[in-house]
Parts: sequence; structure tokens; C-alpha cells
Amino acid sequence: MKKGVVYRVAGPVAIAELDARMYDVVHVGDERLLGEVIQINGSRCTIQIYEDTTGLKPGAPVVNTGEPLSVELGPGMLSSIYDGIQRPLPELKKLMGDFILRGAAAPGLDRSRKWDFKPVVKKGDKVSSGSVIGEVNEGQVVHRVMVPPGNEGVVKEVRHGSFRVDEVVCVLDNGFELSLMHKWPVRKPRPTSSKLAPVEPLVTGLRVIDALFPIAKGGVAAIPGPFGSGKTITQQSLAKWCDADIIVYVGCGERGNEMTEVLTEFPELIDPRSGKPLLNRMVLIANTSNMPVAAREASIYCGMTMAEYYRDMGYNVAMMADSTSRWAEAMREISSRLEELPGEEGYPAYLSARLAEFYERSGRYVNINGSQGSVSVIGAVSPAGGDFSEPVTQGTLRVVKVFWALDAKLAQRRHFPAINWLNSYSLYLDALSSWFAANVVAGWREAVDSVMRILQEEEKLLEIVQLVGSDALPEREQVTIQVARLVREVVLQQNAFHEVDTYSEPKKTYAMIKAILRYGDLSYDALKSGVRVSDIISVRAKDRLAEVKFVRDYDGLLKGILGDIEAEFGKLGKRQEK
Amino acid sequence: MKEYRTISRVAGPLVFVKKTEPVAYADMVKVMLPDGSVKNGQVLDTSDEVVIVQVFEGTSGIDLNTRVKFLNQPIKLGVSEELLGRIFSGSGRPVDNGPEVVADKMLDITGAAINPYSRANPSDFIQTGISTIDAMNTLVRGQKLPIFSASGLPHNEIALQIARQARVVGKESSFAIVFAAMGITSEEARRFIDDFEQTGALERSVVFMNLASDPAVERLLTPQLALTAAEYLAFEKDMHVLVILTDMTTYCESLREIGSAREEIPGRRGYPGYMYTTLAGIYERAGMVKGKKGSITQLPILTMVGDDRTHPIPDLTGYITEGQIELSRDLHRRNVYPPINVLPSLSRLMNLGIGREKTREDHKQLSDQLYAFYAEGLDLRGLVAIVGEESLSERDRRLLKLAAEFDDKFVRQGRNEERSIGETLDIGWRLLSAIPEAELSRIHPDLRKKYYGKC
Repeated sequence: MKKGVVYRVAGPVAIAELDARMYDVVHVGDERLLGEVIQINGSRCTIQIYEDTTGLKPGAPVVNTGEPLSVELGPGMLSSIYDGIQRPLPELKKLMGDFILRGAAAPGLDRSRKWDFKPVVKKGDKVSSGSVIGEVNEGQVVHRVMVPPGNEGVVKEVRHGSFRVDEVVCVLDNGFELSLMHKWPVRKPRPTSSKLAPVEPLVTGLRVIDALFPIAKGGVAAIPGPFGSGKTITQQSLAKWCDADIIVYVGCGERGNEMTEVLTEFPELIDPRSGKPLLNRMVLIANTSNMPVAAREASIYCGMTMAEYYRDMGYNVAMMADSTSRWAEAMREISSRLEELPGEEGYPAYLSARLAEFYERSGRYVNINGSQGSVSVIGAVSPAGGDFSEPVTQGTLRVVKVFWALDAKLAQRRHFPAINWLNSYSLYLDALSSWFAANVVAGWREAVDSVMRILQEEEKLLEIVQLVGSDALPEREQVTIQVARLVREVVLQQNAFHEVDTYSEPKKTYAMIKAILRYGDLSYDALKSGVRVSDIISVRAKDRLAEVKFVRDYDGLLKGILGDIEAEFGKLGKRQEK
Repeated sequence: MKEYRTISRVAGPLVFVKKTEPVAYADMVKVMLPDGSVKNGQVLDTSDEVVIVQVFEGTSGIDLNTRVKFLNQPIKLGVSEELLGRIFSGSGRPVDNGPEVVADKMLDITGAAINPYSRANPSDFIQTGISTIDAMNTLVRGQKLPIFSASGLPHNEIALQIARQARVVGKESSFAIVFAAMGITSEEARRFIDDFEQTGALERSVVFMNLASDPAVERLLTPQLALTAAEYLAFEKDMHVLVILTDMTTYCESLREIGSAREEIPGRRGYPGYMYTTLAGIYERAGMVKGKKGSITQLPILTMVGDDRTHPIPDLTGYITEGQIELSRDLHRRNVYPPINVLPSLSRLMNLGIGREKTREDHKQLSDQLYAFYAEGLDLRGLVAIVGEESLSERDRRLLKLAAEFDDKFVRQGRNEERSIGETLDIGWRLLSAIPEAELSRIHPDLRKKYYGKC
């Protein structure tokens, strides 16, 4: 290992006399603070340090490990909670107490735990990059142990039984030894065979998303919104209920108390599909805003690498990053310490390249071992001042296909999720239509288009109302405003804290939309036959449609309400005839 | 310890010292002037060639003959229970003519991040006696909830009222108060101290005072000292601590001053790019720790420059804190106290602290309903100005009236009026009684039956 000395320290950045390659991991000072080489200038390297640098002096020793920043990949990651550089937080608590101090090393995977390994290859089998050599049960998930990319050979020996993650379970003819885990550098995408087009939605259980702005498995979505508009709640809701096999949740530079909420709430939640705790399929990374800024920068890459690893096993993985703006700000902070010439708003000029690079690691793939898997990424963006024209939002918009614009005005009215239906979009709408038609109901797309039309018309009408008042609108338009109000209150609004309403399966969403459209049709018909608009608007049963949200077996209730609505219209019609 | 007389440059609050032995980053520094006075400083940048020191008491009087001593340790605060009842300067010297504090232990003032895994989930409802906070933006123990104010608004009075009235229902122990003033006027400071003295709160308070006339750079220490004291009281002495930080805007301005003196590349509006991290380092020192009895609740106050909430200071603050209480000039002008505008205000931890057994079963739905109607009512105010009240529908007229009543009966209250949460929620129901029961779509029919028209 090469050694050097510190020359200068300023905040989270140090300069050292050291022989190193870019992105080599180094240990700085007597406390062996973890750092990474981010610039080389002659014999001097600039190092970003993942821990607090208080007390670090010029002349302190630096040791170069010669390896890039890597994560340990193997069984035991699920239901773990890590900091930004894959140190398990419960382990850090054991080592240092309730506060995070410096210089603690803790491996990402528990070395004492044993796993039952069932090989699926035998002596003489040929294996190559990514080949599955055996399986381990990791909670309810079958963890496939793979040959690390870049290695191949013929199996010379394979064991089965109970092993720790670092014990050898398989030896190849070229002498290469395989254990349950391997390391992978976080900044390097894991190789794949080919990228596939998205065809299947990531069903989220959020009505406004599934119906109007769906995301595909392997797709990328951005949730930008000013503070208080519900980014975190939406992210958590998605993490809880979306139908991915594995969730990687990265809390990047966010609030400590929010992470605590995740940590106390998630273990109690039960996966509606498997009946097991949700946490069993989840990896949590928590690097709160007051933890070192360099580790915040790394946390996003750590999360992505773990997501890719499970993708390689053939799983559909969803990664939530809350928030990518904090990641970008960490880049800005480091860049300004390097005294690089800034681009827009002080962000480094390579900001949009980094954003694009990161999001490009998502997608649906044929893996190198022939299986198929996907990584979907949902990134929260916290635009400064709520202004979507700032560089992080814009850089993100250039690469994502789905945009859920959160709106402070909606949040203030307690319209949640506060996704603005006019500014948001999904470019997967067409690609996913056939899936919804085949797997939910044939009329899906048609119903969705009607809803969108009504909402857009409402927007135009509201502008007129602003000028002349609602009474001045033609009768037909007054009815449209009613129908749109129902769409907003019944379909779009959803209560993340209600045990039933928190998850709405697509079938239910469709049934609710259809019921409202039915009310709309009846209204327009009644209007044509001369019924007064005030009578139509005062049809009482329609207001009960909102109750459907809170009921699990909604079929009977919905039919009842629809029956009542029809009956009321029937009466109106008869009165008209008289 | 070696002394150096190798100052090569003085610029703004910074002193550049050459040819030193290796000096550690963030170390404490004593600067000794030829006239015998001593100033304190901290290392901002260290290398073999030059060490940059920020001097907290300002650099006036420093010349090339000034001696510099590096103390080889970070800045620390001596803590013990004797801190209670005392008043200190912004850099931690006693200014109440009392004796030096005999320290139990010395704590590094930067503090360390609480391991997220060690945090306990805040869930104890704090009753402040102010309806707009208790019902609409509930404060819970361990939360950080800033007041977004602007110059000329009564944020200090609201903070004092909260400090006087805050308590956890059903639990006797009152809050210990740690008060950190940064760049406020001596008149404002006087008000706080007088109020603490009159109500007897001073004996359970620790006060750190950096006034407008004190050196601006000293302010950078004040919140760190205050929070170190708070952490000691909360996590080692089992106290529930309420920390009031005022005014965060002047703190950030000092941060900008240092940044520009170091010739750093500025971020938005000239504030340094690391301001988010620095602010997070302050605000995140609130919370509760599993297995410890105490807690730190933070109430930072900041004045929005030009009433603009998208200015970097309120903006970054809002992204770190768990909500905000925003004051409105419009309400203040209409002589409504406290002029809290509930619409842009928010408490993210509200749902953890309310409901059956904590406040009341109807709390959440009632507050959602009031929010929805009030927002609609305010929109209608704008519409009425254009089309007149006659062209409104009956429902709209009711909502317009509700919004006015809300300002008058719900928001408005006395400076010493302490409403229990029950009273507050009842007022809410009384306002709603002007709306037909069937239109309360945010409230479950069972709750409507129980409370509608009965409060």
C-alpha cells in the first residue's frame, strides 16, 4: 500500500502528497478517516473525506488502499440500514453510541451470520460472468449467488451447507475462489447484455400515478416540488406499495426524524402480496443532512450498485432517491472546495452529465447471465425556491420519462398527493396501455383519456370563472365543473395515512373513474332533456362516491351508490315530464 | 505551546499566519494583541504554508506584531447544571456578573450527528395554547419548527408566548429553555430577559446573547454553544429543552461574510454553497434519542428578506426543518395577533402527535376540513374584488364568511390567552356549524354526528 502525507485541510477536503489513481480510497490521519481521491495535480492529490475532519493536521499520514470505493454485495443486505458508505447504522451504534463519531470501520455484511447455501452447479460445469452458482434464502427473497462479472471457468469444487459470507463455497479450475459475497466499485455500472423497452407498469397503488402518469418497470421518474409539498410522503408511499420485488430506499441529505419514521414504521408494515413484513424486501440507506457531505455524494451510487446487483438476479428493483438535489448540492460543495469554475448557480459544469449517467443505470435489461430484471428509479428533486427552472430540475427533466410535479398550492389545500395534473406527464402512457388493457380492463385507456379531458376543460373554465363568476357559465360547463370536482376529490386525492385508501389497486381506480364518468353522462343526458342544472348538481348520492375510497370490499357499496344516483336522476326525469 | 508572530495578512475577519508547525483543522486559536487584549479564533484552512484563522471578536487592532497561539484542541464548552439561570455572551463568556461556571465536563461544540438508528420517533403533543399552531400545525417534542417572519412582525412575542405556555398535557415537567440571540437589538434582547425574569423562567433557562453591536463573526459560535448546552441538559440530565434561535438570518449573513472574506465562489445570492450543510448541522441537533428521557425541540426564528420565502435562507431552512410557521403581514396589518398564516405553514410531524389518546379523535379531519374551506374562502376574497359578492353562489358566500370568522375567532387570540386543545377544536367546530353538515366531505360521518353543532 502506498503512503503519503497531508499537506492541507479545509473542511471536508484535504490535499496530500500521494501516489494515487483517480477515485482510489484512502485512509487519512491516525484515526484512519475514509476518503476518496477526486483530483490529481502533479504529486498532490485532492481527497474528499467521508467523515468530520476536525483535528486533522498537515503532516498526518495517508494510506492509499489502491481500490475504488466499493460496496459488499451478498446476502444480508435486505432489511439492513446503512449510512452513505455502507456502514450498518446499528453496528455503528454498538461501536460509538448514539452519536456518529469518527474513524469507525464496520463491514457492510455481517461476518458472523451463517447462510444455508444450496449450489445449483456441479463439478465440471462451465460458468461465466454472472452465472448463478447457488441460492441462499434471504428472508422471503431467494438470493442468487453469482460469479462476479469478469470471471469465468470450470467448476472444480462446490460445497453446500452453512457458510459465512466470506467463506469459500466454490473453486474454479483457474484457482478462482467464490464466496457468498463479492465487492463492486460503486461508480461503475454493473455490466448487462442488452437493454429492453419498457412494457409493464410499476403498479404503485396511487390512483393519480397509475391512471394518469404511470411509470414503467425500468423507468425513471422525477418528483420535484418545493418543501412541504409532500415529496417524502409520496416516496414513502411508493416504497411501501409499489409492486417491485426489491426496494432500495436512499435518504440522501434528508431529515433525521424522517428516517426515524421510516425505521419505526416500515418494520410494522405488511406486504399485501406476500403477507410478510415489507422491510424484508428493502435496503435502507440513511445519510441525513448533518452527516458528512462526501458520504452524501456517495450514497446515491451505493444505492444504485445494490439495486443493480439484485437486478442481476432477475428481480424488478425500485430505487427511491430522496433527494437528488441534496446529492447535487454535495457535488457543488465539493466542487467549490476544489475551486473549480462554476456553471449555473454555482453547480459544477458536469452536473447534468452526472445526472444523466446516474439515471442511465436504470432500465429493463437482459442480464449477463441471461435472466431479465429491471431497476426503476424515482428521484425526488428539491428545487431551490420551488423554481423548476433551476439546474438540477432541468438536468433531471432532460433524462427522465415521467414527471410528477408537486404543487405547493395543492398541498396547502390538503390535496394529497399534491401531484399537479396539468404540469405532470408520463411518456410511458402509450407503451403501457396494452398491459393495462390485457391485465386490468379493456377500457382503461379510454377512461383515462376522458378523465384527462375533463380536467383540462375544467382548467379553462376556471379561468373564465375567475373573471365572471360561476353563475355566468353555460349550463353544460357548470356540469363539467361538478364532474371535474368529483374526479379531483374522489380519484386524485388519496389519504396515505388511511389503512385502506393508502393502496388502491388499478381495478378499484378504474371502477371509481367509471362511476364518475357515469354520473357525468347521466348529467349531460338530463340536461338535454331539460332538467335544471341546479337540480343536477344537487343530486345527493354522488357526494357519497368518496366513501368508496375507504372501503376494502367496495363493489357492493359502489353499486349501491350508483343505483341511488340513477334513481335520483330517474326522479328528476319524471318530474321534468310532468 | 508555541506562539507565532508570523501574521502575513489580515482581511476582514480572517488572519493569515505563515510558517507554523502543523496546525489541526478547526482548532481553537488565541490571538494576543500588543495592547494586551486577547481574541478567540478558529482554524478554517490549514496547510504547511499558511493557516487561515477566523477571529470571532473582529480583527480591529490586529497588526503584524500580534501573537497567535494554537491551542491544539477544538472549541469546547464547559457544561454543568450551573448553566441554568445564567446569561452568556455569544462566545460563551458570562455577562451577568456571575462567577465562571464550574464545568462538569468539556464538550466539543460542533457536536456529532445523531445516528438515525438511535433516534426515537417524536410523538408527544406540545400544547402551546395558540390555536393556529396546536390545531393546524401541531408541534411535537423533538421537532424543529421555525417561525418564518419578516421585519416588523411580532415573531419575538409569539416565541415568548410559546416559551411561556408550552407544555405536554398530563406531564408536569416544564421545558428548560436555551435561548440563543444572534444579532438582535439590545431592546429586543431586553424584552426576552425581562419576560424570562418576570415569569420565573430564567432559572430554568440558559441564555447566549450576541447583540447587533457585537462582532458579527462571533454569531457563528452562538448556536453551536447553545445546542451543546441543550444536548447536555437533554441527553445527560434528562431535561426537555426548548431551544429558541433568533435570528437565523443574521447568522447566515455572517456565514456569507466569512465566505466572501475567503474569496470563495458564492452560491445563490452570494451565500456560500455549503450553507445547506451548515444549517443542517444546526437544525438537525434537535430530536430524541432512544433510551434517553430528555428531548430537544427547536424553534428557530428567521426574518424573510423582502417577505420572500424563496430567498435562500428560508428556502434551505424549509428543506431541513420539519415544517414552518409563517407569519403574514396582511393579518398583522388587520391587527390580528398572532398573525399566523396557516396556509403556507406546516408541521410535518403533526400526524405523529395528534389523534385519539393524544389530542382528540377528530383533530386531523377537522384541521383538514378547515384548511380546505379556508383556502377556498381566501380564493373567493380575490374573486369578490372583481365580480362582487352578488354573483357568488350561496355556498361561496358561506365560505367567504367562514374565512373571515376564521381570522377573527380562530386565529386571533390574546397575548396571554392559553387555549387548551379541546377549546381550540371546539372553536373550529363552531365555525363549521355555519356550513351544511353534508358538505363537510373531509370529515367522517360518525365524527360529524358526534361533534357537528354540539360544541
